[in-house]
Amino acid sequence: MIFEGTVHVLGDSIDTDVMIPGRYLSILDPAQIAKHIFEEVDPGFVQRVKPGDILVAGTNFGAGSGREQAPLGLKALGLSCVVAASFSRTFYRMAIDLGLPIITCPEAARAAKQGQQGRVDTAAGEITFDGRLFRTNPLPKFVQEIVDEGGLTNWVRREIQRRRAIPGTTR
Amino acid sequence: MGKTIAEKILERHSLDDAVTIEPGNIVRAWVDLVLLNDANGPVAIRHFQNMGGEAVASPDKLAMVCDHFAPAPNAAAARMLGDMRRFAKEKGIRHFFDAGKGGIEHTLIPEQGLLGPGDLIAGGDSHTGTAGAFGAFGTGMSWAGMAAIMVLDETWFRVPESLRFNLFGAKPAFVTGKDIILKVLQEVGVDGGLYKSIEFGGPAVAAFNIDERMAICNMLVEAGAKTGMVEPDEITAAWAKQHCKRDYVLLKADADARYEARFDIDLSQLRPLVAKPYSPGNVVTVDSIKGVHVDQVYMGNCANGTLTDLRQIASILKGRKIASGTRAIIVPATQKVYLQAVAEGLIEHFVDAGAAVTTPTCGACFGGHNGALDDGEVAVATINRNFKGRAGHAGSQVYLGNSYVAAAAAVAGEIIDPAKL
Repeated sequence: MIFEGTVHVLGDSIDTDVMIPGRYLSILDPAQIAKHIFEEVDPGFVQRVKPGDILVAGTNFGAGSGREQAPLGLKALGLSCVVAASFSRTFYRMAIDLGLPIITCPEAARAAKQGQQGRVDTAAGEITFDGRLFRTNPLPKFVQEIVDEGGLTNWVRREIQRRRAIPGTTR
Repeated sequence: MGKTIAEKILERHSLDDAVTIEPGNIVRAWVDLVLLNDANGPVAIRHFQNMGGEAVASPDKLAMVCDHFAPAPNAAAARMLGDMRRFAKEKGIRHFFDAGKGGIEHTLIPEQGLLGPGDLIAGGDSHTGTAGAFGAFGTGMSWAGMAAIMVLDETWFRVPESLRFNLFGAKPAFVTGKDIILKVLQEVGVDGGLYKSIEFGGPAVAAFNIDERMAICNMLVEAGAKTGMVEPDEITAAWAKQHCKRDYVLLKADADARYEARFDIDLSQLRPLVAKPYSPGNVVTVDSIKGVHVDQVYMGNCANGTLTDLRQIASILKGRKIASGTRAIIVPATQKVYLQAVAEGLIEHFVDAGAAVTTPTCGACFGGHNGALDDGEVAVATINRNFKGRAGHAGSQVYLGNSYVAAAAAVAGEIIDPAKL
């Protein structure tokens, strides 16, 4: 998949509490969650990002509490993908499972500047900021399979069909 | 080549003989327990339905605990608790714990004997790694991932690299398991354990009982770790014999196991530590920040709401008063811990001192309810995170420390070394 959009740059160890505070964890509607993304630390964020924009962060993005409202809110804001130097592992897995494309590339994450035009090809592992190309590892094959299905829900539905087609299979 | 504890546990749960258990490989595996709470459970239930789930594949492997919003602070939270109740009833989930009947999941599940050494445990909550206190591999995962296990009875794991911490030396007074994990965070930082298993061994692990081991493992995720555990010993074996309802296995690392790095902690050099706002990795000695005024002290949560913690708190509060201008909230982690604290007279000391003692709940730890902070307020808490805005207003500040440090701050009205109270 290829994504093109304006780059928004964030720092290191951006935690999920600043993405979506705990008091909003009883909100499950993605559009409602999106309204509160970064509201304590950057109230203008939700107005600045446009559908298709690309989020670029430093190390340990999505640190702390594992809460699906974080990747779900970013996706509902219309952000097309997240590039980071590294991800918290719960955030990584949640994003993949919810169909929010993310990719790890320390060099690109360090070089990115606010407002640049970005292009991300997740399958090829190629990231371009204002024409400068960075290469990174593609996703592991099994993880790419989930991404190709648009998230874990579709992947599981297909797996259920596969098992039903083989009599006597429970796994 | 030898194996780490995490590698041995994954090997026992692998469904894929063709995949070797080596860091970086992805392995399909079965799990012993899926752990849902009332924050992630209602979302996992929706995923389960969207996936076409009908019956839960292994209903007795699912535990559902109402702790984040229980008792409900508002109607939206009450609806989430209702979702939990309905699903548990409809799917025949035996291990369902409502308000008043359980407590905070990570303390409750071992107390109920629902996990054991050698287990592989997947939870929707990031502090599922607390299970490492019992020699189990616990890890927080995606909520859709929880639903997928409920449907398919299996999941996938990337085999983690491992770090080893060797503990030795005599434990000084007022140093607890909390200080070990704060020392680890000082050592490796908030991303030094990213994707890894952090394992503890050495002669001085015997200085920490099961409750303090839970405090150590609870915050491994604060270093980014996937999981981690205290190497099982006589203390683990005695606990397992008394509590476990299933078969269990005490797995130690091989002498030639591949650890990416090894660290030593000399306990005799440790002093009580505190993590300053706004990062659990911002660790200093309590002495270096003495005198900081404290508006609120919060003692409890899944890291430090055990009977051991309540006894430590009582040893400070007994016969003393909470300082004027400071308020204290004490939250036993489970109903059983609460009852034992009543029997031992600890609760009487707390109430006499002027502390609010509340029912088990995650409440204020995540800024949900039961003690949220306002702009400009400063708190000392025995919880696991002090990110900006986590415990209430973004202008509030939280210092993380052990139960002695917290209780001493409540009495002094400011941060103080408990030895100097």
